Amino acid sequence: MRVSPPDTNPRKAAFRDAGAFALLAFVLCLPLSGIVTTPDEEYRLRLVFHAWRPFAIALSVFAIRLAWSRVPRIRVPISPNAGRWGIAFICLLPFLTGRRGLDIGLLILTYLMLATGLNIVVGLAGLLDLGYVAFYAVGAYATALLTTQAGFTFWAAFPLAGLGAALAGFLLGIPVLRLRGDYLAIVTLGFGEIVRVVLLNWQTLTNGANGIIGIPYPTLLGFDFSRFGSHSIFRDLHLPYSALARPIWFYTLALALTALVNIAVSRLRKGPLGRAWEALREDELAARSLGLNPTRLKLAAFTLGAFFAGLAGAFFAARQGFVSPESFTFSESALVLAIVVMGGAGSQLGICWAAIVMIGGFELVRDFAQYRMLIFGLALVVIAVARPGGLIAIRQPSVRLNS
Amino acid sequence: MSYALQQLVNGITLGMVYGLIAVGYSLVYGIVGMINFAHGDVFMVGAFLSLIAVIACSGFSVPLALACALLFTLLLSGVLGYAIERFAYRPLNRSHRLAPLISAIGVSIALQNFIELSQGARAKPIAPVITGGITLLTKNSFQAEISWAQIAIITVTLIILGVVSFLIRQTDLGRAMRAVEQDRLMASLLGIDAQRAISVAFTLGAALAGVAGLMFLVYYGVIDFFIGFTAGIKAFTAAVLGGIGSIEGAVLGGLIIGLIETFWSGYGNAAFKDVAAFSVLILVLMLRPQGLLGQRTAEKV
Repeated sequence: MRVSPPDTNPRKAAFRDAGAFALLAFVLCLPLSGIVTTPDEEYRLRLVFHAWRPFAIALSVFAIRLAWSRVPRIRVPISPNAGRWGIAFICLLPFLTGRRGLDIGLLILTYLMLATGLNIVVGLAGLLDLGYVAFYAVGAYATALLTTQAGFTFWAAFPLAGLGAALAGFLLGIPVLRLRGDYLAIVTLGFGEIVRVVLLNWQTLTNGANGIIGIPYPTLLGFDFSRFGSHSIFRDLHLPYSALARPIWFYTLALALTALVNIAVSRLRKGPLGRAWEALREDELAARSLGLNPTRLKLAAFTLGAFFAGLAGAFFAARQGFVSPESFTFSESALVLAIVVMGGAGSQLGICWAAIVMIGGFELVRDFAQYRMLIFGLALVVIAVARPGGLIAIRQPSVRLNS
Repeated sequence: MSYALQQLVNGITLGMVYGLIAVGYSLVYGIVGMINFAHGDVFMVGAFLSLIAVIACSGFSVPLALACALLFTLLLSGVLGYAIERFAYRPLNRSHRLAPLISAIGVSIALQNFIELSQGARAKPIAPVITGGITLLTKNSFQAEISWAQIAIITVTLIILGVVSFLIRQTDLGRAMRAVEQDRLMASLLGIDAQRAISVAFTLGAALAGVAGLMFLVYYGVIDFFIGFTAGIKAFTAAVLGGIGSIEGAVLGGLIIGLIETFWSGYGNAAFKDVAAFSVLILVLMLRPQGLLGQRTAEKV
């Protein structure tokens, strides 16, 4: 066997590495990007050649890869005040950017709610859940059905949506939680797909792909924010109408809910349950030897995580006024999981910043809508490779002994 | 009767396609212990490579065109598998379990959107490449038929699986791969290039998935950029069902999943056929987590 001598010249090695990547990219893009199958007038596919594309891609891959090796490893400085800055940022966002900022902020908060719930499952208990969006869907559809079919108000449906999702989590958890990590990931992925397929095909209950419309907006002490409705806050209290009032009310609501969920999780993780979860995450065998019941603990994590997803789903349904299976695809699960992992799996502070960075970044590239998902996918790889421990924070035990 | 026979033939053909993809999952899981989440999308890219090759070779005779497409897809899918391993997984060899998974999800999303961008989002139909077949049974005016395309798919799959099985069992390369699978550190100490074995597993698995893409194209005649996701999960189900890490198991699992799917569509509600496949996965993992042909491994402390 030939042992190649270690490359002593880092610059040469970097060039060789970048060259290898450019060559791979060129070979692959030569057919995949350079030849496009296009239908002609008779709808038969013909090949159309774009010879410049593979060259352009290979050149950019070479340049980026070379630049990558020259850039020193990025460290995000974590100041002890980072949490306060994050909270201040989220609170101030709408005042800084107006209506668009409100919408982005709402999106960030919704994902932050979801990520905080998933953090219990993935970050604290160490269970890999790829079908988290299923519980989000259960919450959203429960709200939609209860309000439009059974005549519940949003506030009556809201806790029920959480409980319904928790029940779904509990029922799924019983059979699957004995599985090892990767198997669990795939089963939850399958479960997420089952829920989506059922929502899509159970016409009589869910109205299939068309979804459910007419979900009432959440009210404030019985008032709503419509201009002329029977309970309009503007008409009844003789206030001047403002189109911004409703988004601001939603934003406040989302902020309050997110804060509540966050406080609940912070309390949980410092209590006996949270400590047991972290023990389980670090070493299941050791935890079991110390008398902890892994199945029960995992079930608790799964159920609680699902509960918070259900609440987030209820909020999502009420904000949109509309739900359809399209909103609950695997890419949502992937996005939430990416936020949790990039936030350093377990750190709530990290998750807060990861949600801001990822959702905000996602919105920034909205103008390149078609390239958005491609960039997202590549960014996931790059971040995972560059900072495998998470983009922002490093996981630390919540409680430690002081000697 | 002839209807059931027809479903059986269709199920076996579909099962062969799932089996080919499942072998790739098994190879990679066996050697690095990770679920290659982007594997389904490699299958999808393979189908697109075949599409391009089949159209480019449309002037040739059918067997020659298919042989060219097979070779082209096999090679380039293999290159894709190698590139993915080198770009997205190799730097993460020794890190926490979550990071490679996130990386793999990223690759999957990137591949899908790359194909959507470069080849367009519309479904790509082609005229049937292989036509005709043999009538097996006629009863109540229903003909059970095995088409030449199905015969070709089954034969080629069996040949390829035979070759792979031989590679892993009999050659030095296969021995090295099995050694790394058992104990990577020990194998490295004994002079085996573990990194090379891992690269080979990814390349080989991807090449097989690419061939499965060609089969899919020939069988269904239409592909789009999203076929990889469901096919990927089902093939993974097949791999787990058969016992992950075992090639025969992967094929057996693929056959079972293919049969369940076609019989479910034939006799039940076709809209819920994916639900049937996933339910089987959940049941298998509950009742026999090591799979049909897998061995239960003791947990190391």
